This record gives sequence, structure tokens and C-alpha cells, in this order.
Amino acid sequence: MRRGLWVRSILLMIAIVAALIYLTPSFTDQLPAWWSSFLPTDRIHLGLDLQGGSHLVLEVKVDKAIENTVERLKGEITNILRERGISGSSVERVQGAQLQLRVPAASADRVRGLLKGDFPHLAVVNTKTADGTTEFVLTLSKDEIRSLRDYAVDQSLETIRNRIDQFGVSEPIIQRQGQQDILIQLPGIQDPERAKEIIGKTALLEFKLVDDTVNVEEALRNGPPPGREILHGYAGKGEGGVGVEKIVYVLESRTLMTGEDITDARVRPSSQLQGPYVELILNSKGARLFEQITAANVKRRLAIVLDNRVYSAPVIQERIAGGRASITGNFTLQEARDLAIVLRAGALPAPVEIIEERTVGPSLGKDSIQQGITSFIVGGGLVVVFMIAYYKGAGIVAVTALILNVLFMMAILAGFQAVLTLPGIAGIVLTIGMAVDANVLINERIREELRAGRAPRSAIEAGYEHALPAILDSNVTTFLSGMILFQFGTGPIKGFAVTLCIGILTTVITAVYLTRIYYDYRIAHRRLERISV
Amino acid sequence: MELIKPGTKIPFTRYRKVAVILSTLVNLAVLIALFVKGPNLGVDFAGGTMVHLKFQQKVTIPDIRRALDSVGLGSSVIQDFGDPGANEYLVRLDKTSVEIGALGEQIKESLTEQFGQANFEIRRIESVGPRVGEDLRFRGVMSVLFSTVMMGIYIWFRFDLRFGVGAVIALVHDVLVTVGALMLAHYEFDLTIVAALLTIVGFSVNDTVVICDRVRENMRKIKRESLENIINTSINETLSRTILTTGTALLVLFALFFLGGSVIRPFAFALLVGFCSGVYSTIFIASPVILLWHKQRVARAS
Repeated sequence: MRRGLWVRSILLMIAIVAALIYLTPSFTDQLPAWWSSFLPTDRIHLGLDLQGGSHLVLEVKVDKAIENTVERLKGEITNILRERGISGSSVERVQGAQLQLRVPAASADRVRGLLKGDFPHLAVVNTKTADGTTEFVLTLSKDEIRSLRDYAVDQSLETIRNRIDQFGVSEPIIQRQGQQDILIQLPGIQDPERAKEIIGKTALLEFKLVDDTVNVEEALRNGPPPGREILHGYAGKGEGGVGVEKIVYVLESRTLMTGEDITDARVRPSSQLQGPYVELILNSKGARLFEQITAANVKRRLAIVLDNRVYSAPVIQERIAGGRASITGNFTLQEARDLAIVLRAGALPAPVEIIEERTVGPSLGKDSIQQGITSFIVGGGLVVVFMIAYYKGAGIVAVTALILNVLFMMAILAGFQAVLTLPGIAGIVLTIGMAVDANVLINERIREELRAGRAPRSAIEAGYEHALPAILDSNVTTFLSGMILFQFGTGPIKGFAVTLCIGILTTVITAVYLTRIYYDYRIAHRRLERISV
Repeated sequence: MELIKPGTKIPFTRYRKVAVILSTLVNLAVLIALFVKGPNLGVDFAGGTMVHLKFQQKVTIPDIRRALDSVGLGSSVIQDFGDPGANEYLVRLDKTSVEIGALGEQIKESLTEQFGQANFEIRRIESVGPRVGEDLRFRGVMSVLFSTVMMGIYIWFRFDLRFGVGAVIALVHDVLVTVGALMLAHYEFDLTIVAALLTIVGFSVNDTVVICDRVRENMRKIKRESLENIINTSINETLSRTILTTGTALLVLFALFFLGGSVIRPFAFALLVGFCSGVYSTIFIASPVILLWHKQRVARAS
């Protein structure tokens, strides 16, 4: 046991120096240049509950993405049937993601072949023929649905990452969670409401024609005629504010163009005639399409629809070439900027919904840190006073181990880039209270052995030896609880589990092995006649 | 210094009948309260939204309610939070921020109108949708059950089946007592409470481990004694350790409870109750279970 004393002492020294090096960046703002070149510079990471910020979980409405795909397929089938001259047919979307296709019975075989050749992802689940009409029920294959879902989530993740990058948040975390959720953490964010607005916008931009031949009142009363839809727009400042006028539009349902072909979106400053607006720059395909659309519909009104809200519906004065379009609509400068961000980053493939939000303001975080430090100092101080009063010399040894324990805990937190949260601070404070258990077990045991008449030296050896199984067992059980908590917990709770588990490791090392170095030193260098315990 | 004089012989097992009856009654009461009234679930588990407000000057709950009325949130639960005079309040809504829209924005606007922009701040918003709430509820309950069973298996593996069963019963007791105390004190159950319960499970089993360890050692040393005497001796021998360790843990918990701020207070409260219950249950519940098991086995053998 005593032979490795030198080795153990040197290891301890190295560990202490390493811990101090890892902790230095967390406690000073100015590191010398030579430090950064080869020593660690990472600070202890503070959780959102301590530094302030937003934690969001979004659910991607993947079913909606599948419906959109089915809707698109419906359009394609209609076109193909028309091209091939199969008349008297109709396609309807039923039950969310199924298509019902009706064709004259005479052309049923041709249609079957057509479907097989051109639409490999669609499976025919039901066919029936009655009154000279054959009805096919089509559905997407399971594999296709799965890949559509995955695509929707991955694509949403990518789009949201783009938007957050452009919004400007330092060190955001954006990752997939489970089947269809996206976890977003925005540390230190000042305006969470605006961030949510930008992240959550579907930003589906559509260009549709206004049908001015339909009487709006009548459409509102009886519903829109076939192939038409009613959408709203707002005039005046902002949505939901005072003096806002709601405008009703009857539009052709057909989407002429979407935001897919946008390469850039820029805010144009306000002029005397109008407020700030967003200018879109289209790619060559989009430019060509836009030119065709405007050429074919001169003097008609073209509605610019974003997420089913009509922003503006200007009259097309002439053919527009050059691939530039603009969206006006009484924006404030910030609204225009946010709109440009979402348009540049592209549309989400499916709507998203915030299913969990935890936002902490910066002042609460500061208070929490302060209160955490206060309870750490007071709680730790009480334990120190108590241990020294109760065990005297052995108490000082235990307290030294305790201080090293905290040092190592913090260094590991910094070194492994673990996140310190408010429950995590509570975990550190709690560790101080529980760590002395190991020393209490050892010291009580040493006292017992002394009482039984052993010499100090053998009492120490027996004390450590007999206390060890109980120390290990009790720490393993707490560690197990911590691991389960880590598996279960989210955010701040994980932080608690982490400090609890790290604390247990450092406790066993400092309380058992480090204090032993001290006693072995005394045994080796002086005759140990009396010990203070 | 010594708290417990060496050679102290308190006949703990003699009080086991009283203790078992008392604890059974307490546990039954908690179970009944759980099923009849149900725990007071926080937004983590029930879903909904919690908004934590701090005002610069003194305001009353009706003032806040009046302000929130304008955005149609007047019917929400508003309660005082934190230290007296801190002017902090919690507003609890059944709906999530998605359903209400830009909730934070709306609350900010209506409070600005009533109190002025510089006089209040929104310190915290927590909003949990129904699917997440349900998921967290399930995982919370499962993790407490799972860790309790794990502890039992560990003790069984390290010692003996009867010690494992004794430990599990003691742990269930501790969790129920803590849950009951939280309900009595009107604390809400949220994720930090689950963290506290798991910590209690992990810590409370420590005492059981230490005493079982001593029982096993004494069983080897003093073969002629009855198990009852061995258990009593072991509890007495480890009593000062039990009191000291729990004592230092309670010291830091009191510091957390009084100084750690109102966010962490329910957590510290749960641990205070659970740790005390842990000591009691090891001495008065786990030991009798081991003893009862042993006696039945002896009876069956003869």
C-alpha cells in the first residue's frame, strides 16, 4: 500500500494542476496569447436557465407534407389523362392521403398501364366498376410515405437552420428529436417572440390570379365557385392592431408559381410613395415562368399569397422580364427584414407547430447564479465547520478532500463541455453534503477500531478496508439513479444528473484515495502514535 | 465530539409494530389522496403555459388579472411566487402558446398598457403541448419505478433477496411520504420533482446498504445471536454515521431551501423530506421486513 506513495502524490499534484488549468478560462476574461495556443480555453457552459434563452421543440406536421405530395400527384395525373385524351375522368383526394380516380370503364386498362408506368410510387388498393365507370383508389406506398416523412423533417431542419443563421444567434443548437420533432436551443436570445415568428413561418409563397368576375359578397355567402377560393388580406398597419381592414379576395385556386424559384430576397427601403418592401430575385427558370405568366395576364390582378394570406394583388401592367418581383404590404422595416429572411431560406415542406417552449429571461438567470453561489458558500461552510468541529484533525483531512472534490468536479464540467444548469448547481451543493459520507464512514470505523484497542496505524488500515464496500455500494446506487435520470431528463434535469454522477466519481476518488495518501504519508514518515479523529 | 455514545443499545426492532402500522397508514393516506384528489401537476406534466412575472413596484393579483383581461386571459390562475415583497407572480394558463398565438407578445402589450414598460419583466415562459406533457408524465413515472426496482435488484445481487425486498419497500415508503408532503405543502409536480424523487431513491438506499453491510459482517462475527439482536446491534453501531451523513446533507439542503431561490425551493423541500424519511424507513421499515422474512422462513423450516 505505502510503496506507491510517491507515485500517488505526484499523480495528485498533476491532477490538481490540470484541474486548475481547465478552470482558469472560466474565471478570467483575459487569457494571455501564449495560453490559447496550447492550453484549453473552453469555459464552463451555462444552461439556458442560467444564461437566459429559449428552448423550443417543434413538431413537423409530416401528414400535411404527404397531403401536399398527394395533391401534387393529383395534378400530374389530371394533366397526363388530358394529354392522352382520356376524357370523362376525374381525380379527387380522399381520406387525407388517398386518391380516388374515376375513368370510363373502356379506358380502364389503359389507365392501369399508365399508372404503373408513370407513377411507380402509387399503389392501387381498390378497383371497382359500375355503370360504365371504373374507380381506382390509389395510395402512396409505405416506403414512399416513410421517405417523404424523413425528407419533410430533414428539409425543415435545414431550412430552420438557415433561417436561424440569418437571424443571427450565437451557438444555436438545432437537431432532430425522435420521429418528427426538431429541438432548437437559442442561448441568450433577446427577442424570443420574433425568433419564434421567423422559425415557425411556413413561408409558402404562391402567385395566384384574382378572379374579378366573381361577386365577392355572393362567394362569401354561398361559398366560392368551383376552381376558386377565398383568401384574406389586410390593409393598414400590422395584424390584429387598430384600424386594420380585412380585404376579401376571390382567387383562382391554381398556383401559377411558388417561391421555389427565388434565389434572393432583399429589403428595399421606403420611399415617399410606399413603405419598405421585399424584392425577389428569381432564377432563370423562375424568370422565364414569371415572364410567361405576366405576358398572358396583362391587366389582370396577380395576388401574392404567403401562407394563405394575400399580401398584395397588383394589376399586371405589362409583361415583366428580368426575373424581379416585389412584395409590398405596409410592412415595418423589421417585418420586411424578417420576411426577406424566411423567403431567402425557403419554405418549410410542411407546417411546424411549437409543442414545447421554455424561455428564461437574462435577469432570472443572473439571480439564479447568484442564489446558487450563495447557497453553495453557506451550505459548504456549514459542512466544513461541522466536520472540523466533530472530527478535528480527520475533519481537516476530509474538508481538504472536499475542496479538491469541488475543484475536480468543476474542472471535469469545463473539460468535457458539460452544461451547468440551476439544478446542476443544486447537484454540486448536494454533492458537498453527501460527499462527506465516505469520510464519515471511514472515520467512524477508525474510531471503532481504536475503541477496540487497535494501534492508530492498524486502526486506519482496518478503517479504510472495512468502510470501502459500503462506500462503493452506496455510491453505485446513487450513480445508477443519476444514470436513469440522465436518460429520462431534459435540459436542466440532465444538468443535475451530470453533476450528480461526476460528483460521485470525484467523491470516491478524493474521499477514499486522496485522504489515504495523507495517512500513508504520516505512517511512512513519522511514527504514528496518536491520530485526531 | 460524539453524538452517539459507543455501546448505545436502542432496541429499534422493538418499535417495529408501531412503526409499520404508522407507516402503512401514512402511505395509504397518500395513495388515497393521489387517487381521489390527484397530484397538483405543473405545466411539464399537465400541459399548458406558465408565465413568471416580476414587477418593480407592489401590485396585486386583481391588478394583473385586470390587465390580462384585455387579451382574454383573465380567467387564468395567478399566484404569488417567491419571497414576500419580491413582487413576483406566476400566471398559469391551460392553453399552450401555440393555441394562443404570440402569447409573450400579447402579455407584454397588455401589461405595458396597465403598468408601463419599465415596471415589469417576463422572467420565464414555459409552455408544454399535450403530447409532450403526456410523454413526460409517462417517462417520469417510469423512471421512478425503474430506479426503485433497479435498487432492489442491486441490493439483491450484492447481499440477499430479503435485503433487496426490504430496500424496495423502504424506497416506496420514502417516495410516497415525499409525494404526500409535496401535496400537503401545495407544491406542483414538475421535472425537478422527479429529479428529487430519483435522488431520494438513490440516497435513501445508501443507509440501507450501510446497515445491510454491517448486518452481514455481524452475522459472520457473532453467530450465536438472534437476527433481531444482530440487526439492532448493527443499527446502533452505524447510528452516528447515519445521523452525521444525513445531517450534513440536510445542512446543505437547508441552505438550498432558504437561499437557493424560489425556482429550486420545491426541489430542496422534496429532498429534505425524502432524506429524513430515508433514515426512518431504513431503521424502522427495511429492518422489520428482513426480520419478518427471516422469522417466516425459520417457522416454515421447523
